Amino acid sequence: MNQSKVIRYLFRYVALLYLLLLLIIPVGLILWRTFEPGIGAFFASIGTPAAISALQLSLLVVAIVVPLNVLFGVPTALVLARNKFRGKNLLQAAIDLPFAVSPVVVGVALILLWGSAGLFGFVENGLGVKIIFAFPAIVLASIFVTVPFVIREVEPVLHELGTDQEEAAATLGSSWWQTFWRITLPSIRWGLTYGIVLTVARTLGEFGAVLMVSSNLPGKSQTLTLLVSNRHAAGQEYGAYAIATLLMTVAVLVLVVQVILDARRVGAAK
Amino acid sequence: MNIPKSTLSSHLRRAGVLAAAVALLAGCGGGSSDVAGESSKSNAATTLNLVAYSVPKPGWDKIVPGFTATPEGKDIAVAPSYGASGAQATKVIDGVDADIVNLSLEPDINKLVKANKVNKDWNADATKSIPFGSVVVIVVKKGNPKNIKTWDDLLQPGLQIVTPSPLSSGSAKWNLLAPYAAKSNGGADAAAGLDYLGKLLTRDHIKSNPSSGQEATDQFLNGSGDVLLSYENEAINNERLGKPIEHVIPAQTFKIENPVAVVSTSTHQDQANALKNYLFTPDAQKLWAEAGFRPVDPSVAADFAKDFPTPEKLWTIADLGGWSVADPALFDKSNGSIAKLYQTVS
Amino acid sequence: MTVGLEPNPEATRPDTVGAGGRRKGSSYGTTSLRVGAASIWISVIVLLPLAAILWQSAGGGWGAFVDAVTYPSAVASFKVTLTISLGVAIVNTFFGLLVAWVLTRDDFVGKRLVDAIIDLPFALPTIVASLVMLALYGNNSPLGIHVQHTRWGVGVALLFVTLPFVVRSVQPVLLELDREVEEAAASLGANNWTIFRAVILPALLPSLLSGAGLAFSRAVGEFGSVVLIGGGIPGETQVSSQWIATLLEYNDRTSAAAISIVLLVVSFLILFVLRFVGGRAAKREQLAP
Repeated sequence: MNQSKVIRYLFRYVALLYLLLLLIIPVGLILWRTFEPGIGAFFASIGTPAAISALQLSLLVVAIVVPLNVLFGVPTALVLARNKFRGKNLLQAAIDLPFAVSPVVVGVALILLWGSAGLFGFVENGLGVKIIFAFPAIVLASIFVTVPFVIREVEPVLHELGTDQEEAAATLGSSWWQTFWRITLPSIRWGLTYGIVLTVARTLGEFGAVLMVSSNLPGKSQTLTLLVSNRHAAGQEYGAYAIATLLMTVAVLVLVVQVILDARRVGAAK
Repeated sequence: MNIPKSTLSSHLRRAGVLAAAVALLAGCGGGSSDVAGESSKSNAATTLNLVAYSVPKPGWDKIVPGFTATPEGKDIAVAPSYGASGAQATKVIDGVDADIVNLSLEPDINKLVKANKVNKDWNADATKSIPFGSVVVIVVKKGNPKNIKTWDDLLQPGLQIVTPSPLSSGSAKWNLLAPYAAKSNGGADAAAGLDYLGKLLTRDHIKSNPSSGQEATDQFLNGSGDVLLSYENEAINNERLGKPIEHVIPAQTFKIENPVAVVSTSTHQDQANALKNYLFTPDAQKLWAEAGFRPVDPSVAADFAKDFPTPEKLWTIADLGGWSVADPALFDKSNGSIAKLYQTVS
Repeated sequence: MTVGLEPNPEATRPDTVGAGGRRKGSSYGTTSLRVGAASIWISVIVLLPLAAILWQSAGGGWGAFVDAVTYPSAVASFKVTLTISLGVAIVNTFFGLLVAWVLTRDDFVGKRLVDAIIDLPFALPTIVASLVMLALYGNNSPLGIHVQHTRWGVGVALLFVTLPFVVRSVQPVLLELDREVEEAAASLGANNWTIFRAVILPALLPSLLSGAGLAFSRAVGEFGSVVLIGGGIPGETQVSSQWIATLLEYNDRTSAAAISIVLLVVSFLILFVLRFVGGRAAKREQLAP
């Protein structure tokens, strides 16, 4: 389809204008307002005790959520890609559920399950294990929203690869662990990496669900996103911008990794 | 596909380095203070969790340094959390870690007593565990363009009033008790009081239901509404911040008394009690007054009389029979007379 | 160009699981053991919490559910949520198609950079998105646009977070399009608009719908990005997710559960319809010569 020059330019500049007004200028404005008072102010703002505690808490949550998602996600992806079984469609649908659930609803669901008045209230009341308004709830909320990422990135790769190599290894006498470690894992490494990157970004960025289930005490149970919200509510706009910029850096890193991985994927396919 | 072993192990090595860096970071100081430039107070042996209603931050910001300067307060850090009084009470009942609570009104603390979080005799002493208070005021835009002076002025057609929802906010209850007491002559003529509130609580006047005093202030400052009903301390503090508002103390208004209590399940009973007791000392009372809260110490109150004018008639909850009578009668979710009127606008 | 994350690729993937399913129980332990492990993982993390919502709502009975759903503030929040989300889905379908078109059919300096940043809203925390939109379109806007606390403000924030969905849905399909058909149509004398309408649009329709559905589904449940710029004014800018949060502040768990169920049903319906339409369209593409 040959577009006339006028149409081509019209499309191009309207599209770019849209992106400019919706995406580029707003993000740029935050960066400008963050760094305009100087880089010293930025570091002072992200270096307050509350900010460091928030960073530590967020990283700790990531450190738990990522391994769990890999540990359970990769076998799940394997089972989905390699096997047929009854209820497979149900499992597929269940894995997609987190995409369709509002973050607030995630929080409500966890409170109604693990809260002292909840379905599993005996855990808190009887066993004395506090989940809601304590650390475990933040972890559970983060896992809920990140369950699909590793699975959905690894599964298509496994599906495309087929089992030829694994079967060959088996006939040569390789144990299941050797096969997994030396054949399967390396072949899914880009999909797995991207899934992990998405998981990290989403965990650091989760807000609604964590707001519901955390006690939001500065220095104790405030994640980076909760800190942004708190600073804004307290009128500390600059402080909110500073943490927002920190989180944006993570998002940009995700995009960079995305571009690199895509290039590798394309390169590997050649 | 020949994957050299070195690539995989180099990935693992890189991951290991990253993990070590994270672990190192984890050792760095964190804390509850969010002031730029302050290093973490790792010498604080105890941190007290304060769960408070939505507006006393200006007061606590002065009180906490005052407390930590005293011998009893040495080595104690205070981590505050602010929110709607009713919602905060619910959170404490649900298990949020709290050592000391400062809520908007007595019934919210009694909820904690019922849930075995606060001792029955929390307000048995002479101070009634109320270290400060305020009065209900009408906040208007600077210059008072609509010339609001009395409760009757609020009934002008089309006047938009911002006041929070009594379902979660303590401020809301004080705000509605003030005109109620004024119009009903201290509860003597309940019908007249409810008549006024019936005219006030209509969609003509009330267009939003902010869940806390703080949220109501935010909405008003952001341009919603012509008039805000709030605590005098909220008005004073926002005026000091230069916001374009002023406040009017109606001739008859209500005395706000904000209680403090130590949480019985706290593991830092002594420190929490030390903080509570500090609040009643003359030094602390002076700090509350400087922050815009009416002190309860009579000599300090005399010193600050200029800042806190006395209205012609100041009704108190005692005039209405005390909270134990007034709260169920007026604010019970299903049967309270004022609560039922509020339902038309919620 | 980046590979977007699409729900359940199997719905649109042709059915050729033969390769893996040939052997019963491969080298990683029996199938049923792994299926069991996967099911327990998904159940505990995803299904049980959602079941707890049903349990809470059921506990209140049908009456409490109807009361919660017909409460004036709830109805107002539904209206606000659905109308703004629908509007946003439509606008972003149009602009998403435009952006995808420009990215695949045009070339200019910096195109690869533009392509990369499309995913930024997807990677950004929602509260940061809210702050970002507030900065440009709120009280302190340098452009003088003040849509804070209005429906436009909510709309702009939702446009931001749902931008990638349609673009990333349509882009791969646009790339794969067989230009020969277009060229054939052109050689037969069809003008650009006819080519677009008769050749390109039908091929794009499943991915357009898919992207629009994802955008709508996301907008309906959105909370963090709306919270700051919207202000939560009932009847004006309070979306249903905010109403649920308020219900929790009022300690009304049963009503919160009821409204959550409504949101879940709406989202599930959209996704279910998506999979159905997507599956049908994929089959049609497969069968096409």
